[in-house]
Amino acid sequence: MIPTTYYVALSAILFTIGALGVLIRRNAILIFMSVELMLNAANLAFVAFARYYQVLSGQIFVFFVMTVAAAEVAVGLALIVAIFRTKHNIDVDQLSSLKG
Amino acid sequence: MNPEIIAFVILGLVAVASALGMLFSKNAVYAAIYLILNFATVAMFYLVLGGAFIAVTQVAVYAGAIMVLFLFVIMLLGADKLGQSETLAWQKPLALLLGLVLAVETLYVLVFQAQQIVPAQALSEGFGSPASIGLELFQRYLLPFEITSVLLLVAMVGAIVLTRQEKKK
Repeated sequence: MIPTTYYVALSAILFTIGALGVLIRRNAILIFMSVELMLNAANLAFVAFARYYQVLSGQIFVFFVMTVAAAEVAVGLALIVAIFRTKHNIDVDQLSSLKG
Repeated sequence: MNPEIIAFVILGLVAVASALGMLFSKNAVYAAIYLILNFATVAMFYLVLGGAFIAVTQVAVYAGAIMVLFLFVIMLLGADKLGQSETLAWQKPLALLLGLVLAVETLYVLVFQAQQIVPAQALSEGFGSPASIGLELFQRYLLPFEITSVLLLVAMVGAIVLTRQEKKK
């Protein structure tokens, strides 16, 4: 049997890579993909603990996180498409019209 | 060397390598494909952890629907041709340094401070099967399930409203 802490460590590594993606990348779509990676890392930790405690609640929560992620991706990509229509650019450094 | 540990290490390496590939890829389409590979690897982890339904849902929803939506939008906007713009020079190294600090700190806590908990018993038959997930979902978690359906409706309406073009009179 593989210790649950190994799965949590892998989840932490994937989460860090996702967080780095949000910080480093400038393309809005790639930032969004890094957020999905972070959500996935959290899902992995949930399923690992559901396995350890032999309770299905962890997996149910993963189901809900996936649903919320899908809804968020739909609305977020619609926003990005709307922004692209007006500005013809999705580089987050250039989206500074609200800057004071 | 037990085959389970070998399988875990290989799958883990593929997951981390594909995540790093997504992080550092210059082309947005390649980044999306690396992320699909990462999702498929995580689905295999779910299978090992006794989440059969969740593994298939991961492939169908994440890799199948969400990433396809991403690829459509990348193609629609031509994002694979948009280059990287100039950023502040100290941002990238600082982000890498802070990410490294986070990773090292978390791994330190996990390796030295936490107890190594091992799942002792084998899983019961039908753990994570669609029938058991369905029972939990419709008995104990019925209210969140219904609220999620409203959330999906709201997201659909939101996506349509945001991309609607105003008709020029």
